[in-house]
Amino acid sequence: MADTLTPVLSDNWDQIRSWQLSSYQRSGGYDALRKALAMQPADVVATVKDSGLRGRGGAGFPTGMKWQFIPQDNPNPKYLVVNADESEPGTCKDIPLMMASPHTLVEGVIIASYAIRASAAFIYVRGEVLHVIRRLQQAVQEAKDAGLIGTNILGSGYDLDVVVHAGAGAYICGEETALLDSLEGRRGQPRLRPPFPAVAGLYGCPTVINNVESIASVPAIIKNGADWFSSMGTEKSKGMTLYSLSGHVTRPGQYEAPLGITLRELLDLAGGVREGHELKFWTPGGSSTPLLTAEHLDVPLDYEGVGSVGSMLGTKALQIFDESVCVVRAVLRWTEFYKHESCGKCTPCREGTWWLVQILERLEKGQGSDEDLDVLLDLSENILGRSFCALGDGATAPITSSIAHFKDEYLAHFENGGCPFDPMASTVFATAGASA
Amino acid sequence: MAENHTTATDKTVPYSTGDSKITDATIAEMREIAARYPVARSALLPMLHLVQSVEGRVTPEGIEACADVLDLTGAEVSAVATFYTMYKRRPVGDYHVGVCTNTLCAVMGGDLIFDRLKQHLDVGNDETTEDGKITLEHLECNAACDYAPVMMVNWEFFDDMTPESATQLVDDLRDGTEVKSPRGATICTWREAERVLAGYPDGRADEGPTGGKATLAGLRLARERGWTAPGGSSNAETPKED
Repeated sequence: MADTLTPVLSDNWDQIRSWQLSSYQRSGGYDALRKALAMQPADVVATVKDSGLRGRGGAGFPTGMKWQFIPQDNPNPKYLVVNADESEPGTCKDIPLMMASPHTLVEGVIIASYAIRASAAFIYVRGEVLHVIRRLQQAVQEAKDAGLIGTNILGSGYDLDVVVHAGAGAYICGEETALLDSLEGRRGQPRLRPPFPAVAGLYGCPTVINNVESIASVPAIIKNGADWFSSMGTEKSKGMTLYSLSGHVTRPGQYEAPLGITLRELLDLAGGVREGHELKFWTPGGSSTPLLTAEHLDVPLDYEGVGSVGSMLGTKALQIFDESVCVVRAVLRWTEFYKHESCGKCTPCREGTWWLVQILERLEKGQGSDEDLDVLLDLSENILGRSFCALGDGATAPITSSIAHFKDEYLAHFENGGCPFDPMASTVFATAGASA
Repeated sequence: MAENHTTATDKTVPYSTGDSKITDATIAEMREIAARYPVARSALLPMLHLVQSVEGRVTPEGIEACADVLDLTGAEVSAVATFYTMYKRRPVGDYHVGVCTNTLCAVMGGDLIFDRLKQHLDVGNDETTEDGKITLEHLECNAACDYAPVMMVNWEFFDDMTPESATQLVDDLRDGTEVKSPRGATICTWREAERVLAGYPDGRADEGPTGGKATLAGLRLARERGWTAPGGSSNAETPKED
């Protein structure tokens, strides 16, 4: 049985200048790269596959299998693209990881690129995080200067170029095919699949796209072995992961634990819900994952556990809201976000999110009716599964789940002729114990 | 809440003001950026960041320069420039001040902070103060939810904000007082920040800490209780962040 918290990715974050190559190497950094370069690329893929690592960007697809899909007999160059466009509301794990230890990612990039025999790798990082971009740029430069990136890496005969690429503000670019279009210098709009990126990705060439945390987990797996990794976690959800607690919690932050920990345990570690208040609702993995309530405190936070209660593990972005928060206001704001970020390519999402906002605005002002709730659900049904990509699906998650759990609160808005909540009560600067 | 999200679209966008600062040196840098990629067009996003660093916004001349370097039409470049929120058609002030008003930050205080700043600076969303110093904008989630309510200045983090600390921050920026991000560097100008995003490092990566209190919350607890991943930690006993 592993310890309650198992810092691996975060283990060097308290070291002096942990973002620099010298500090990272003092913590054993780049040992895994040396080990990987002495292995056959296919064996590196097999190790990652055997470890049971699943994508940490939300979908949970097995990482090693993704790598195996790259057709090595395809004559085109192969590419690795890291999705560092962390923008899902509530999600805040990749940004602190890259800030504190960019070399963990860079080492993972080199190993993963070697495994799939990529000639170039791109780290697509959202543009709105200047200091993270500085540290990534510096880490890649340090690695180049040390012969860890470039030609004949550490005498292995393997060549790789790595480019840090800053985006320009578009949530949709976290969708992997929209990210590819954006990286090709176009509007970030998703592509039809198939063909999948493994066959025709960046510039129409075989491409692996992985989340930051997935790639950053690779050096530890190579260094310590697949069995070590799979000794943590649950049957189908292996390894450790970063859980991000935010909102009305005493000590918000990053908690790295084996998959399968519960929110009750995490809240206990984080000092509980803020003093004098109680849990009302939470997201397991960002705003695109259906809301859960205090009923779900003991659900194992792994892919299967969260799925079994009708939500998704997603990015493990645990946003905690106490009883001072109006769920209608929360859902309206998320819906405005999806409307703003809809890329406009497909009709259900572009038009649907616009109408959802119109109706929710009316509801929040207390000018709605029971019928509006039916219209919201009907609209959501017409967006879910009918949109071009997962953004549309995600937009419906807060609406349908909040109506399922908090229908009375929607009704209270009509009965009350407006929002019954005091917006000051939910703020961090409200006096402790202030009630709604 | 809806007025939070309105933008001053009624104000005219200056087309060309005839004082473009794009020079041969800018064009040379654009070619340098294009050379980083297997296919030159991939350079378009960083090139537009470069245009903003030179021009203070995306200008018609900047669009034409990108189009020339990449052998695209102006329309093709405009189509990209208008898609992304970070590209601005109106001049941006020295300091781009963002307030997160996505749900979590909004309820934790972001809405009240944004309202206070609009009043304090006498501007609306996506507008610039008359002295040209500050452009105020509400933001979507900036991946720092464990520090809510969050603000950004020139895309550097400002954590755990209140209406008071927010007004103090913008006053300091307007007065020219040196301002440091608690998890970043000394604040540079928006144009200087845009140059870094174009891929030209400014040598400030070593400023600031590894992370803030929330970043390290779980790790500190693990250290206190002696918890590690199987096999132990090589870092548990070595020097800590100074």
